[in-house]
Amino acid sequence: MLQTLLPILIFAALIVGAIGAARRIRLWRQGQRTPVGWARILHMPKRYLNDLHHIVARDKAMAHTHVATAGGFVAAMALAIVVHGFGWRNPILGGLLLAASAVMFVGALAVNRRRIHPRARPFPEKLSKGPWQRLSRSLLAYSVGMFLVSLPLVGIGPVAFGGGVLAIVLLTLVAWGVLELVVGMGWGGPMKHAFAGSLHLAFHRRPERFDDRQAHAGSTNTHDAHRGSRSTALFPLDLTAPKLGVEKPADFQWNQLLGFDACVQCGRCQAVCPAFAAGQPLNPKKLIQDMVVGMAGGSDTGYAGAGYPGIEIGKHQGAPEQAIVPQLVEAETLWACTTCRACVEECPMLIEHVDAIVDMRRFLTLEKGETPEKGAVAIDNLIATDNPGGLDNASRLDWAADLELPRIQTRPEGVDVLLWLGDGAFDMRNQRTLRALVQILRAGGVDFAVLGDEERDSGDVARRLGDEATFQRLAERNIITLSRYRFQRIVTVDPHSFHVLGREYPDFGGKYRVLHHSTFIAELFDAGRLTIRPAERKETVTYHDPCYLGRYNGEFAAPRRILEALGIEIAEMERSGFRSRCCGGGGGAALSDVPADLPGRARIPDMRMEDARATGATTVAVACPQCTAMLEGVVEPRPQIKDLAELVADALVTPASAEPEASVAVSSPSREEEPA
Amino acid sequence: MTPPDAAACPVVALVSSGRHPVSGRPGRAREDARAVEMGLTLAGARLQLVHAGNAEEPVLRDYLGMYHGLDDAAAQGELALLPMTPADDAVLLLATWLAESGCRLVLAGQRAECGEGSGLLPYLLAERLGWTIVSGAATIERIDADRVTLLQVLPQGQRRRLEVSLPCLITVDTLAPPPRQSAFGPARRGRIQVVDGLTAEEDSASGEWRWQPARARPKRLKIVKSGNARDRFRAAAARSSAGGQVLTDLTPEQAADRLIAYLREEKILSEEKILGDEMP
Repeated sequence: MLQTLLPILIFAALIVGAIGAARRIRLWRQGQRTPVGWARILHMPKRYLNDLHHIVARDKAMAHTHVATAGGFVAAMALAIVVHGFGWRNPILGGLLLAASAVMFVGALAVNRRRIHPRARPFPEKLSKGPWQRLSRSLLAYSVGMFLVSLPLVGIGPVAFGGGVLAIVLLTLVAWGVLELVVGMGWGGPMKHAFAGSLHLAFHRRPERFDDRQAHAGSTNTHDAHRGSRSTALFPLDLTAPKLGVEKPADFQWNQLLGFDACVQCGRCQAVCPAFAAGQPLNPKKLIQDMVVGMAGGSDTGYAGAGYPGIEIGKHQGAPEQAIVPQLVEAETLWACTTCRACVEECPMLIEHVDAIVDMRRFLTLEKGETPEKGAVAIDNLIATDNPGGLDNASRLDWAADLELPRIQTRPEGVDVLLWLGDGAFDMRNQRTLRALVQILRAGGVDFAVLGDEERDSGDVARRLGDEATFQRLAERNIITLSRYRFQRIVTVDPHSFHVLGREYPDFGGKYRVLHHSTFIAELFDAGRLTIRPAERKETVTYHDPCYLGRYNGEFAAPRRILEALGIEIAEMERSGFRSRCCGGGGGAALSDVPADLPGRARIPDMRMEDARATGATTVAVACPQCTAMLEGVVEPRPQIKDLAELVADALVTPASAEPEASVAVSSPSREEEPA
Repeated sequence: MTPPDAAACPVVALVSSGRHPVSGRPGRAREDARAVEMGLTLAGARLQLVHAGNAEEPVLRDYLGMYHGLDDAAAQGELALLPMTPADDAVLLLATWLAESGCRLVLAGQRAECGEGSGLLPYLLAERLGWTIVSGAATIERIDADRVTLLQVLPQGQRRRLEVSLPCLITVDTLAPPPRQSAFGPARRGRIQVVDGLTAEEDSASGEWRWQPARARPKRLKIVKSGNARDRFRAAAARSSAGGQVLTDLTPEQAADRLIAYLREEKILSEEKILGDEMP
């Protein structure tokens, strides 16, 4: 009986699964067409075994579990097709099938152990229940069933299994497993992650993020490497297109929809999302699931994980041709994102959340005019005055009135370094950092100049708020300005400007060598151009990695090298390097109308300060004007906030810094000009 | 809040190119944008915009970008452009166009942010059309077939309810609801229709004027005499009592003379004989 029913079962499952897969592909093809070569499918194995595996392996137990379960299943299924399907009942193959089923069984046990929650070990908040709980039992059913029906192949119990009730029970187990694992793969069960995920890896929207890897500072774990890429993920928008941005799920590119479908709901994104932790109405996992709901049509009632804080699950529904906001996702969810890319960094399926959010913001801003009020004001100011504060652009250099900064306009022969000030030039706190940097540049004998009032905002905020039109206008004007002058490289204290100038302007024809000031100062140290006096008293310092310097650009080493050069030992926070927690100031989230402090919840910078306090640090070294502002906004008592440039300037051995008050500003510029 | 009759009564907003107070760049004029906002809440996408001036002015699209969030999601803004040079008289052009358009309610800012910026245009326009004019509107409460009820802004946060018969011209105060964001998509899609067939005439009056750069007016110092906190608070909170007098029962000529005399006294007008003394 088994020998007739098993092949029918297996082939029926394969055929039905294939039909489901074809329907799934149709769902993805609702998206916009992006030309991709089929040859890309060849990238898939390497990306799976290398890039994906390393991210999964940040959780060692889970990686082993997955290798056993998935590896066991793939082998067991392939062998089952040969042995049971085609009836090639070879005892060696049968033995291999038994071994594969056994391995899968061990993996399935581990999966179940993780999801069974006795009182002592609560169910992990980040995991989803529902079909995912079912999957863990289906894995057991398949492995047990397949093991037992394959025993006769090696000559065990052939009589007992010939017929009767036991055979029916075993067939049912196998059928259950096959239904979940093979049919479900095509029809949208949890196992669709394997099918969608493989294709997603092959046709990934940002292929440059593979094969780009930086070791994590201070970690010997080979999996603990930053594997994001130094690319922007935001694609230039064609401003002449009939519709700007993403209104409906079908407006996404097809491979974005494919990426959403690959989600395994592991909740790693949710666990690292600063907005979620602060009780803001955002959960990256739910957002991706909502996109899947929108793509397939339906409501979010079937979602069995954590929702957006403060927003009830089950009230929203979507369809491919129906507007996403507000029927499927509330606008405040999109505006709560700080674009810190922690979710992108942690996602084992390499899903891109942030560009999807910006795509949707683009529609809200460019077509609906629904940017949050403060964001809209910032955009209006950018249009009118080239800076988000609405200040007179001519006052960009007011903080340096006594420094006699060289202007690039007076240096037609060119300079080595163009100092890009960024909008921090209008912020009194950041002006101290800028003054410190000027002091360092002069001490290092660097040939530098500034653009002065010809510099405009880089367009970072406008772009993250979805105003691609204003961003492109600013980018084009900045590129025209920069094309008039000669310089070797650009140095800036603002990681956002650094990222935008270095990674986003090339799309518009501006290709520059851009360095963050931490990289540049580290180079000065390496070249022995700075003399410093070692710190007199030992102090505990921790370093906060800015998202746009670290995760976005992979610069984790230079800031640490600087602190090391200063003789400071860094007390690393639990979340540092590529896992650094956002300060809450990026991506225009600070300009959204979502209240920063919800009752009973912590603000994002407060949580980050808690991380810093836990190290016992008395100083938090920062490398970004936004982080400085956000962290310094935390109520005292708290560790003091110092930019790397300030720490270096304090330790410089120059005639100026020999006097204790010299760094307080009004020292005469002529003294500062003398190199050490 | 839009009554059924509003459909029968086309609403027009006059728009001009503004100047940003800090950078001096062109953009939406703040009061004009409020007038458009008021018109959009009143008439939705049926609001018609008009501008007399340079047909190439890119800023006009910023007003068209406000056509979003309306009942008709696919609605596009429409702007009638009456071409003329800066030396021409806008009053004549606008009056001709408005008379022909059959509209009965015109919204505008109180004064332009560039050019003469005298704030006289709405008055001259109303005079020529023979319409009622109401200045400084904060909100329009009701609009019927032949009447409009609105709140007018008065000093010290006071409001006055006025009922005006149509057709009328209403200028909008800066205290009116703030304008909605100008979005790039609708701005791009909006239509600008250049109206041909109207001939502009040169503004003969302004040709005779003598121009000089504006001078920042010195601020009056408020000298606080009392060291007592309560008195200082009362002085700060009190209505400004800069003095002044109420003149009644004067002929327009006498009133104008008194005003000119006062302005000279305050050194706002120079002592020289100003042109057009004969027109009050």
